[in-house]
Amino acid sequence: MTNSFADYAKAKLFILIGTNMTEAHPVASTFVKDAALNGAKLIVIDPRRTDLVDFADMHVQLKVGSDVALINALMNVLITENLYDKKYVESCTEGFEELKKKVMEYTPEKAAPISGIPADTIRELARKMASIKPAMLMYTLGITEHICGVNNVMSCANLQMLLGNVGVECGGVNPQRGQNNVQGACDMGALPNVFPGYQQVANADARAKFEKAWNVKSLPDKPGMMMPTMMKNLTTGKVKAFYVFGENLANTEPDIKHVEHELQSAEFLVCQDIFPTETTRFAHVILPAAAWSEDDGTFASSERRVNRVRKVSVPPGDAKPNWWIFKELAKKMGHEWTSNSAQEIWDNELSVLAPSMAGIKYSRLEGDGLQWPCPTADHPGTPTLHKDGKFTRGLGMLKAIDYIPPAEVPDKEYPFVLSTGRRLYHYHTRTQTGRCAGINDLLGEETADISPADATAKGIVDGEKILVKSRRGKVEVKARVTDQVPEGLVWMAFHFRETCANWLTNPVYDPTTQTAEYKACAVEIEKLK
Amino acid sequence: MADTFLLNGKETPFKAGQMILEAAKGGGIEIPTLCYLKGSTPTGACRVCCVEVKGARSLVAACSTPVSPGMEVSTDSEIVHRARKLNVELLLSSGKHSCIACEANGNCRLQDLAYFYKITDLKFKEKEISDIPPTEDENPFIIRDFSRCILCGKCVQACNEVVVNRAISQGYRGKNSKIVTGGDSPYNDSECVFCGQCVQVCPVGALTEKKAKGLGRPWETQKIRTTCPYCGVGCQQLLHVKDGKIIKVTAVEDAQPNQGRLCVKGRFAYDFIYSEERLKTPLIREKNGEFREASWDEALDLVANKFKEIIKKDGPDAIAGVSCARSINEDSYQMQKLFRAVIGTNNIDHCART
Repeated sequence: MTNSFADYAKAKLFILIGTNMTEAHPVASTFVKDAALNGAKLIVIDPRRTDLVDFADMHVQLKVGSDVALINALMNVLITENLYDKKYVESCTEGFEELKKKVMEYTPEKAAPISGIPADTIRELARKMASIKPAMLMYTLGITEHICGVNNVMSCANLQMLLGNVGVECGGVNPQRGQNNVQGACDMGALPNVFPGYQQVANADARAKFEKAWNVKSLPDKPGMMMPTMMKNLTTGKVKAFYVFGENLANTEPDIKHVEHELQSAEFLVCQDIFPTETTRFAHVILPAAAWSEDDGTFASSERRVNRVRKVSVPPGDAKPNWWIFKELAKKMGHEWTSNSAQEIWDNELSVLAPSMAGIKYSRLEGDGLQWPCPTADHPGTPTLHKDGKFTRGLGMLKAIDYIPPAEVPDKEYPFVLSTGRRLYHYHTRTQTGRCAGINDLLGEETADISPADATAKGIVDGEKILVKSRRGKVEVKARVTDQVPEGLVWMAFHFRETCANWLTNPVYDPTTQTAEYKACAVEIEKLK
Repeated sequence: MADTFLLNGKETPFKAGQMILEAAKGGGIEIPTLCYLKGSTPTGACRVCCVEVKGARSLVAACSTPVSPGMEVSTDSEIVHRARKLNVELLLSSGKHSCIACEANGNCRLQDLAYFYKITDLKFKEKEISDIPPTEDENPFIIRDFSRCILCGKCVQACNEVVVNRAISQGYRGKNSKIVTGGDSPYNDSECVFCGQCVQVCPVGALTEKKAKGLGRPWETQKIRTTCPYCGVGCQQLLHVKDGKIIKVTAVEDAQPNQGRLCVKGRFAYDFIYSEERLKTPLIREKNGEFREASWDEALDLVANKFKEIIKKDGPDAIAGVSCARSINEDSYQMQKLFRAVIGTNNIDHCART
């Protein structure tokens, strides 16, 4: 996030796009509701009628995957009607002329049939967005989980820069991260192209620095494979050994049948986890790990805040802290690492090597933690990035972007769009929440959420088992007839194994990030005989 | 210059619009209250925060009376204490406030006040048990014991003005008054989403955590601050720990980013760590496909040797790994260091992209 959660309660205008906050980020959503009750304006752009629509001034129910077309048309109106922030665009950004040329092709009339939003509504929406400054834009996986995920993200950035909303409190572009430490895993360099602190592996100076610190002669200079490529290469034989730490890929990745074939193909699969999972079934070696509250350490939240996590008990049996397992494995391979606790790793290595976190030490994390960048020991941390429109790269880059439809769109055979996500009571594949007393009582099984109109047309009643099938697979699942879902859409989560949406989802990826298109594929629903 | 008022004879600054309760706090005087919930509209329901204001016809509720310049407020006079004691005595007779088996024993504002005012016997006749709605605990997480409810309305404020889930409200009238969901149905048949904010703010033992019942008294537990293991908001939690075991989770008040709030998972989904299904020993798969237990030495030797063999034969890029977005930063740091510095490949990723 460019901004902070503390901004939510104070913001004057929210643009929520592709985010179902009350279920995926429940506590953050409470601050949005507070602000709305205090008069803040709320725009919800989502194919579903999510709970925050109750508090919204406008709900724009766009068609799944039409974000770029809609945002281009919004920018078309902002430019045509002179509603954009000219001063900001001139002094803080570049690429305006190219952007303008592109969005001029996207009149509201052109975007209307693509997005399902009438041209006049698009105009009204653009005017509303420009009516209050600043506006705070939040998104989640509704934006990123498309083959055009990067384009969607850049469109959000384009819109906010055009409105002059980046670099100010209660503004910005704010992706709310799904997992407690997905931000941190990125920050730590668990990515194929960067060392900790986003220092490029391709950069010789960065390599030299890490070679010295890690006491090795050389470090690889070529960015590695992204996860989907790794998994694909398990079947080609290019990847022989696969080390899976704390992920249940057999349920979380699109097209389970194919994913399991990939995992099965690994010559050597190591799983390090706290529970046996659908993924550990394919392992050759399983290493038992300490869980949350069994080890001291830190998480980094969506707002770049590094927080302490504390130990209250020891792991069961012979389970060990993960950092210890990696250290011991390194030792077996001839490398002696000196750091012997999470604190030593952070204070003596990470914060020394990552300039943006150099000022963060455990001694400073007792209270509310610190938001990076925090370059020095007396730096207070950074609640707002790109302050006053001064971007990390200098000028903010406006990018001309074209709309592309999802890879698989409905047809005669599979006439419905399936979109997926998570629900309030469970978390991902239930390895954790499924083992907490009481949670299964609140949500004990998956449903396929369908519209009343489709239910009527198919003769399906609420609660009856139906068949949902795609080109990849099929599941028998209870129908939930709800007006949250528009006609033509089926919505499912991936919490339950037998009825997991990922038996159906399409393994197609954004070409840059290799993020899968979990939000759109084509399915058919059938009443069971 | 800020405006001032006289607080127990002492000139004290206040901000325009501030209520006596808040302004007095700023001046170092903590006025007792049962119903005041910071950030919400004051209700003046409990009357325990009554103070004397010179010129006023009667005592006023400090939580809902704004300060004016020059106002003379007494918080410690005999008449104030007499009135507060009377209010506490009335509240004590409003239900069955026995402390012995109460989960809130040791963490109860009503008990604190009764203790402060040395109240040992009930002055008024206790409410008939037949007039008290039965305890409702049909859901897995929250016990609603109406015999301990003082109708302060803090839970209603929290539900409607803080987390805005709008599941509960004040229902019925007079002696039938009760905190109700829509249609007075049990929590699990209502709009309730089990964030437990009502439990967090309840000043007495009317709303308590079902999973914590009987597991430990407040003075027996250590409170350890940590960060929630679920979504990316990073809510700050207090783990209530007894004998090395988490018995309850509450939110850290006034902490960023959650300001004393949690969701259903943050508050109630902590006990997975105690599951019998936890992996407790390294496992190695045998030729027949079955897993057998192994020592760390054996398991790590196997992994290290296999990796060395693959590096030798196919090169380091034939090994790939994904780190965990659930685990701590330091674990991800170590894993990427293992891949880059020891194995010699950048084939390290995690689930951020999928």
